[in-house]
Amino acid sequence: MQDSRISTLTLAVFAALAVVGCSQKEEPKPQAAAPAAPAAAPAAPAAPAPAPEVVVKLGHVAPLTGPQAHLGKDNENAARMAVEELNAKGLEIGGAKVKLELVPEDDQADPKQGTIVAQKLVDAKVNGVVGHLNSGTTIPASKIYSDAGIPQISGSATNPKYTQQGFATTFRVMANDVQQGKVLGEYAARQLAGKNVAIIDDRTAYGQGLADEFEKGATAVGAKIATREFTTDKATDFAAILTKIKSKKVDVIFYGGMDAQGGPMTKQMKSLGIKAKFLTGDGGCTPEYIKLAGDASEGQYCSLPGVPLDQMPGGKAFNDAFSAKYGQIQLYAPYVYDAVMVMVDSMKRANSVEPAKYLPEIGKTDYQGVTAKIQFDEKGDLKGGAISLYQVKDGKWEYRETIGGAPAAPADAPKAEGEQKK
Amino acid sequence: MDIFIQQIINGLVLGSIYALVALGYTMVYGIMGLINFAHGEVVMIGAMVALFVIKALPGLPAIVLVPLALVCAAIVCMTIGFAIERIAYRPLRRAPKLAPLITAIGVSIILQNLAMLIWGRNYHAFPPILPSGEHDVFGATITSLQIVIIVVAGLMMGGLTLLIRRTRLGRAMRATSENPPIAQLMGVNINQIISATFVIGSALAAVAGLMVSANYSIAHYYMGFMLGLKAFTAAVLGGIGNLAGAMLGGLLLGVIESLGAGYIGDLTGGFLGSHYQDIFAFFVLIGVLIFRPSGLIGERVAERA
Repeated sequence: MQDSRISTLTLAVFAALAVVGCSQKEEPKPQAAAPAAPAAAPAAPAAPAPAPEVVVKLGHVAPLTGPQAHLGKDNENAARMAVEELNAKGLEIGGAKVKLELVPEDDQADPKQGTIVAQKLVDAKVNGVVGHLNSGTTIPASKIYSDAGIPQISGSATNPKYTQQGFATTFRVMANDVQQGKVLGEYAARQLAGKNVAIIDDRTAYGQGLADEFEKGATAVGAKIATREFTTDKATDFAAILTKIKSKKVDVIFYGGMDAQGGPMTKQMKSLGIKAKFLTGDGGCTPEYIKLAGDASEGQYCSLPGVPLDQMPGGKAFNDAFSAKYGQIQLYAPYVYDAVMVMVDSMKRANSVEPAKYLPEIGKTDYQGVTAKIQFDEKGDLKGGAISLYQVKDGKWEYRETIGGAPAAPADAPKAEGEQKK
Repeated sequence: MDIFIQQIINGLVLGSIYALVALGYTMVYGIMGLINFAHGEVVMIGAMVALFVIKALPGLPAIVLVPLALVCAAIVCMTIGFAIERIAYRPLRRAPKLAPLITAIGVSIILQNLAMLIWGRNYHAFPPILPSGEHDVFGATITSLQIVIIVVAGLMMGGLTLLIRRTRLGRAMRATSENPPIAQLMGVNINQIISATFVIGSALAAVAGLMVSANYSIAHYYMGFMLGLKAFTAAVLGGIGNLAGAMLGGLLLGVIESLGAGYIGDLTGGFLGSHYQDIFAFFVLIGVLIFRPSGLIGERVAERA
């Protein structure tokens, strides 16, 4: 009697937890919609002004809640900054005054939620979408945008599949993981003298994709993959997998995933007495990683598509403007800023804000952005994307070298090797 | 062999953390027959408050700072615990069991978002002020802090058991748990006792929060969710309502997860990978609910009629 009551209750708990999942997902929507409403409100009374004003909605999607909320908010701030700058300057497209309006959405880095908000943006008749942040959400959402004919530019989704689906609407302003994984793999095997390498990934489209490309890159130049271990993008304890890796006596540990796991993982490596070098991709290449890993971060490596911020064409100016407004840049802010600029630039050239009319112009983009000179190949990938490597020194990411990225060179993987600048 | 020992140690540390949090669940359940799902968030708030006290007073020595942070965190958590009971559970005391469960989840979402608004979305690094020297145990390593966590979990379980078995308050708690109306007739102020239960449970959450974030040197507004879920599983595994059960359940769950994640790849020839770590907890939960719904230590200290 007593027993069955407990189990019934517990089952009820789990049923209720399923509800939590949903309710949490629904919850940010009114919040996200709220800022849009006041923005729209003043637009209406402003309408009687001499020139008719057209409101152009740009959707932006990133995780604003959950473990990656800090990166998502960073992206959103960049998109907001771009929109505000463009509005302040005054935009005229197709003879009408245009006011951009950002429609920010939260996908919680969850693929299911990614498609829900994508549909929401389509229903809201946005003229274009910037995002999403994660490959795992960007890929399923891209089908929805493609079906609706809405152009999408991601500033951070690096999984190659995103642009390989044959959709005309998918673009990204960052080198993809085929390139990054290959560079990382070769760097691990050659520069870091990794003969015996362990790979960990977080099983997201991004982490897994990058880890797969890393494995190909590293084995191609003779490194041996001692073991592949896995975690999740919500985990905090890595002692079990690190202990297993310790038993394999590896020289290099590669992690495909984000800073929120990479940081604590590095710290736990140290307390388990693992001496191997730690190498991670763009998701871990943040100041947050160093904060979370503490002393253990010293001497560890990461890579980031593109060149370092201070070497970017408009890097310093962007950094100053952004930090004054929103604080330190987390990671993808300059790329997202460029994504908005590229989208609006294409609208200007097409002289239309209609998705169908300005979409062909995106492919012809030749835009000097903050991060690089932006041109797309036929798939919508960035041409000639460079990969830069960094190492932590005295508690800061220090630039090591940039591989690939000759101006306007095709973004295909084979070109990335060899030509090393600096 | 040293790898195996290391995995056991990893599991014990992880398990002690689960146990610390599970004690809070099991105590409230033992007295009220209610699963306080906001407990994980109270742990998170404890961690956040402790972290910010430590960051706000950088000059002080650890021996002063840590107890101070703990006291501040405990006061905040106790206030929140008291308020949760008052606002979310007391008006529903006669309602069907599902109703307080839903408010619990509501409170948990509110606390999470409140913490996000107050402390932001960023991860906060916990300053390394607690001892973290490494010790060698049969070729495996354990840090001082991890030893502290295991000891604190044990002490807290012992202290709580004494409190419930030996003190006047404890007797009143047991009476309340057995039959609230009769306890009231006997002169026990059950409202006070239930408030006290929540306040004590929340103070435990503050301790757990400090330990968890010191161990992983990380605090984030989202950290309470999964932790709460695992701790709840641990409490059910050991026998919810039973303090020793929470401890046993926590440790067992930690070891199962650790060994599972460490060896599943080799055992299944790579078919199942270590990302199934979290699955073990819930497999265990389902197994226990089917075969032994009252948990491993079936009899509860405080049973509700």
